[in-house]
Amino acid sequence: MLTKRIIPCLDIKNGRTVKGVRFENIRDAGDPVELAKWYAEQGADELVFLDITATNEERKTFAELVRDIARHIDIPFTVGGGISAVADVEVLLQAGADKVSINSAAIRNPQLVEDLAKRFGSQCVTVAIDTKYTEATGWKVYARAGTVETEHATVDWAKKVVELGAGEILLTSMNNDGTKAGFALDITKAVSEAVSVPVIASGGAGTKEHFADAFQEAQADAALAASLFHFRELDIPDLKTYLKTEGIVVRI
Amino acid sequence: MDLVIVDYKAGNVQSVQFALERLGVQATLSCDFETIKAADKVIFPGVGEASSAMAQLRARNLDKLLPTLEQPFFGVCLGMQLLCEHSEEGDTDLLGIIPLPVKRFETDLKVPHMGWNQLEKLQSPLFEGITEREYAYYVHSYYVPLSEYTIAQTSYPEPFSAALQYKNFYAAQFHPEKSGPAGSQILKNFLAL
Repeated sequence: MLTKRIIPCLDIKNGRTVKGVRFENIRDAGDPVELAKWYAEQGADELVFLDITATNEERKTFAELVRDIARHIDIPFTVGGGISAVADVEVLLQAGADKVSINSAAIRNPQLVEDLAKRFGSQCVTVAIDTKYTEATGWKVYARAGTVETEHATVDWAKKVVELGAGEILLTSMNNDGTKAGFALDITKAVSEAVSVPVIASGGAGTKEHFADAFQEAQADAALAASLFHFRELDIPDLKTYLKTEGIVVRI
Repeated sequence: MDLVIVDYKAGNVQSVQFALERLGVQATLSCDFETIKAADKVIFPGVGEASSAMAQLRARNLDKLLPTLEQPFFGVCLGMQLLCEHSEEGDTDLLGIIPLPVKRFETDLKVPHMGWNQLEKLQSPLFEGITEREYAYYVHSYYVPLSEYTIAQTSYPEPFSAALQYKNFYAAQFHPEKSGPAGSQILKNFLAL
């Protein structure tokens, strides 16, 4: 059976992982390649690398890093951050990335999703959606790293990008992100039921039970976390063993 | 050994080259007719869309060359599908080397079939040292049904061809270059054929 996927997310700045990482057995935890190798050995099913640098000059560094990651890692990985044109994607895919994730650029220019899907195939186009709930607005899509509210209702936007050719949705709840109180199950389930492509739940993971809820209750196909794994509050082998006892299909 | 990866600007060429590099093998990237023809072994990667990949092959005259090759040949993912007769993706005529169709998943499950799934009924030297139900990484929306050329199968939810062999043409729907140590072993097995 197809397994549920566990995905650590690494933020990259100037070619280095940010967020202090506690790894005693890693020579250099700021080195994304070292960290990625460690995660692959731990049983991560995929990795996501987000470039949080701003300038074009620094982005060139990121493309070189992507090449270095692809050279050393034997599991799939997605890269995102600051992608706004077909040419950006071409560079990253040629460097060896398996998928790219686009967010604000898709909101600015939805045609980009269609162009990417036609050019490179839907399988490598992940659309990342940052969403926030307020009583007044319901679940809305936010742009520019969650700073700008858009007109889009979250489920409608997810359906739209899938129609345009997105092959996967990475859904981050801003309400839950950083809380360690669990994933946003309601909106994750609503999106997962509304689209025909896989959905990655993101934001709020704090315990193993939260992952089980994301997979069982919210029907997510994959779940992503960052600091929970980086600070080793939860190790992937323990998490997967637990999920298996809960009857969730995982790769061990 | 002279190993050539067919480079037709439509594939996961770089990842396959890196995976071979991790095995200590240097492969040549080429779309040149003579270079490919003279190779000891040929790997044919691919991701993306069938009709544009066929257009890239035709533009390089490779649609004529590939069916005539006699050395061990390994098609990966879209590279496997392109070896077949016809694809429902874009209603595309393929290379026609293996007399099989390529169909779209018709299922309530999520499509693309994306992630790790199990290899079963392994029956080829390609899977030497690989245990039944080993996991491999997949990402695809179209599949090749089971046939007499199937040498491994995977279920989503119905069984389909995870790998094929037809004469000297081997092929895998999954990505050995992204399937961890098991994937490396499968590439190694191909190199040893």
